[in-house]
Parts: sequence; C-alpha cells; structure tokens
Amino acid sequence: MANLNINIGKLQLKNPVMTASGTFGYGPEFSDFMDLSRIGGIFVKGTTLRERQGNPYPRMAETPSGMLNAVGLQNKGTEYFINHIYPNVNSIDTNILVNLSGSTIEDYVEAARMLNELEKIPGIELNISCPNVKEGGMAFGTSCSSAAKVVKAVRTVYKKELIVKLSPNVTDISEIALAVEAEGADSVSLINTLLGMAIDSEKRKPILSTVTGGLSGPAVKPIALRMVWQVAQAVKIPVIGLGGIMNAGDAIEFILAGASAIQIGTANFIDPTVSITVVDGINDYLDRHGFQSVSDIIGALEV
Amino acid sequence: MLDLIIKENKQLSDQYSLLILTSPVKLPEILPGQFAEVRVDNSPTTFLRRPISINYVNYATNELWLLIQKVGDGTRKLCELKTGDVCNLVFPLGNSFTLPADKKSQVLLVGGGVGIAPLLFWGSYLNEHGYACNFLLGGRSKSNLLQISEFERFGNVFTTTENGSYGERGFVTQHSCLNDSNFDYIYACGPTPMMKAVAAYAARIKANCEVSLENTMACGIGACLCCVTDTTEGHLCVCTEGPIFNITKLKWQI
Repeated sequence: MANLNINIGKLQLKNPVMTASGTFGYGPEFSDFMDLSRIGGIFVKGTTLRERQGNPYPRMAETPSGMLNAVGLQNKGTEYFINHIYPNVNSIDTNILVNLSGSTIEDYVEAARMLNELEKIPGIELNISCPNVKEGGMAFGTSCSSAAKVVKAVRTVYKKELIVKLSPNVTDISEIALAVEAEGADSVSLINTLLGMAIDSEKRKPILSTVTGGLSGPAVKPIALRMVWQVAQAVKIPVIGLGGIMNAGDAIEFILAGASAIQIGTANFIDPTVSITVVDGINDYLDRHGFQSVSDIIGALEV
Repeated sequence: MLDLIIKENKQLSDQYSLLILTSPVKLPEILPGQFAEVRVDNSPTTFLRRPISINYVNYATNELWLLIQKVGDGTRKLCELKTGDVCNLVFPLGNSFTLPADKKSQVLLVGGGVGIAPLLFWGSYLNEHGYACNFLLGGRSKSNLLQISEFERFGNVFTTTENGSYGERGFVTQHSCLNDSNFDYIYACGPTPMMKAVAAYAARIKANCEVSLENTMACGIGACLCCVTDTTEGHLCVCTEGPIFNITKLKWQI
C-alpha cells in the first residue's frame, strides 16, 4: 500500500483523486453508489452569487468519445448554498471545494467573501473558464489582464486555498497560468471544456440551444494532457489536471505530466463509482512500480 | 449499479427488441414510471448510457423487461445482445406515476410507439391494486403497435394506426373512445406532440394528467443538469424530478 497523501498548497488530500465541478452534483447524489470519504475531494456544482436558471434545453449533445454541454451554470446562488446545501455536505469526510463563477469582479469578490467564512470549505476553485454563459466566465479567463484582475480582487478577501480553473480556449495557456500565479493563486486546475458545436443535418439546426457548448470526455484528453504538461513546467504552484480521465491509467498520465492531483468529470456519468476505481488503480500502479508515494511520480515523465 | 444477465432477446420486429433480463441477486423494488441508465458496451460511437423505461418487472421470476427501439448506434447495439450477455444498469432511477385517489376512477393510459414501454408496468401495477384500466395505444402502422396481448391482460385495449392498418385510423387523440367516456386520470408516454395533444384533451375534460418525458440525458442521477425541462418551479431535471410530470407543472402551450 503506497502513500497516496498529497498536499495542494494549503489543502491536504488523502489521495489525488477529486471529482470535477458540474459532474458530481454536491456529492450526496453519489452516496448511494460509493463511499464519498474515499476520495480526495469534491468540487461542487458551479456556484454564482445570485441564482441562475441556466440555458434552455437542449443542453447536451453526445459526440465521438465525449459530449458537449451548455448547462450555463444553473444554480441557486451562494446564499442558498450556504444555508441549504453546506449543512448537508459539511460532515462528508473529504475536502468539499466550491467552484465559483461570476459575471462581474464584484460578484466574484462578494461570493468569495461569503465562502471564506465557511469553516468546512477549505478552498474555492475560481471558474474563469465557463464557455456557456454570455458574460463573465470565460471572458475573464481568456486574457492575462482580466484573469489577473479577478484573481487579485478575490485574493484580497479569500484567505484559504485559491485554485484558479483555466480555459483551454486560449492561444497560450501558460501565460494565463503565470498571470494568475503572480496575483496570488495557490494552485491552478486545467482544463475546463473546449468550445465546440454539434449540428443535426436532417433538421439543419444546431443540437444545443446555445449553438456552441463545452466539449468534455476522452476526446479532449490529449489536449488536456499537453496543456497540463506545459503549465506544470511554467509555474511553481501546484497543478490539478483534468480532461477526459476515464481510468487510473489516464490519471497517472496527468500526474506524470506534472499534475499533483486530478479531477474526474464526465466519466462519473458513465460509472458513478469510477473515482474509487481510480484511487485503487493508482495505488496498484505505485505498488507495481515500487514507488512509496504518489508524490514520487509527479512530473516524473522522462522526456 | 448492477450487472444483469440477458435471459432472452425477443426481436419484436426489425425495429424493436424486448430484452428480458435477470439478476443473480434479488431485484430492488422498482416503481412504475422509473427508468434505467443502460451501459452500451462495444459501440465505439456510443459514449453515454442510454436511459430506457422499465417495461415490466416480475419479482417472482426476478425478471426485468426493457423494450428498445433501434434509433441510433447505442440502441442498435443493445438490440443485438444475446442470451447470457451481461448488461450493466444503473437503476431504478426517477420518480413514478401517481395512483388515482379513488379505485372507482376512470383511468386511461395512452401510449405512442415505443412510448408504451412504461405503461405496461404501470397497467399491471394498477390492475394489481384494484383499478380498472383502459389502454389507448397508437402507432404509425401495425408494426409499430407493440405488446398488445400483454396489455390485454390488464384492461381494455383501444388502438389507432396512422395508416389504418390496425384499429381505428388516425392519431390516438382521434380515437372514438375519447368521445363517449369520461376519464378522471390520464397517463401518457410517447412522442412530445402526441403527449401535448393528450394533455390538451385532458385539460379540456378536466382530467388529472401525468406524462413521462424522455429528454436527452447524461448522468441520470441529477448531477449534470443536462436533461432539464421548464416548469412552474424553473428548470427541473427530468431524471430526478421526473420523468413523470403532472401537466399542470409543465410550461406547455396547450
């Protein structure tokens, strides 16, 4: 049994496997299937300061080895989270992390200030990369200056682990990573979904109500892996890798590329217990290769 | 999540298969209207599970039936499963149909095409609980009318086909049984235009009406928020708040 403990900045994880925002609800949705305390952390559904109804249906299109979504950050707002969801998740024995999105810097700051007060929330993931809302989200994550601005503003009010989730829909993701690191991000997570679209040729119409949406699943894995590798070489802060991870082998590839931890997203839809299978698979890999600890293989890619 | 075994794959026609599944362990309690997320193995173009209505459950023989129409690669692959094959299901998911308040209620179940699937289980349940059922089943032609003899075990069966090859010619909402009966409870599953027409009829005669929606889904357990429908309470997940909705809750223009 290898040592799977890992620290991401101020976060202590019992293992490097977490579940990605928007793919795992708030956690209890999966408690019928698995023991939530066995994974390293849960990133809850994207939260905004105020309630959002999200985009109209249809919001999903299945694509080769993946899917497009255009949910559009449907959630009941930060206050609702604090009063009605937090009390039901704060006793889960793992890291519960809030994915936070906003349409203005003021919204991000106000929500971050409120979340900073929650004792059992050890960190937030600043979502500056959602491709499915008209204003905000990805608008902040696709330029160095706006990414830096929002991180700087949130940093002044948020004292715990500040993770910034990066968009792959940029020319050079390393530049954005460096910009948010310079403004005090404790770690970065990448990648969010890639902007894509799907068409119903019989109807000559887009499948998604929003025409475009975010692509996830194994189709994006090679891109995610390349970006994690580039960012891990560019920054000094820890990198959390995600994008199309379906099994332990995929997770290990991200860790070898430089990720200190990983998130599982779309795979949760096909196998709600996959995160536990990945934890066990990482342990088996370490044992099989004679590594004592998962930290021994972070960035251990031999190029 | 459970691995079930294919006991039999009854090819009802070139378009439909009835999968009879069994399990090494006792099946959980399943309510009429609930569905399963079925994993599709060995189909390179199919990524997500397929949400399929539970067609019938026989606890005595530990059997679960899934009625599947070949629509795309995923359902085609499921229709090719053979006796002894393993089929992985996440189930039972979603809510269920609501029992009428009174056993003397006039009850009508309306199904179109493969949408009849959950109505067989619901009809058997109603029958078992002492309700008299009427079934109104429609299809494009005779080959789209499925499981008629199964339905006849649980109540009166009325049928329509669009080309008149079986039963009355036309849509289900044109059937003569709707003229001379006064139904209190109507349950419908089928293509959306059909369900909207049935909902309009139910609203006109002031019958209580529930419909079963089949929005495209990813997770089936309320995590991804992809399958929402617009309701009086905002966007609700069809997978967890449905698939059964009372028409008064839906924002349908009927």
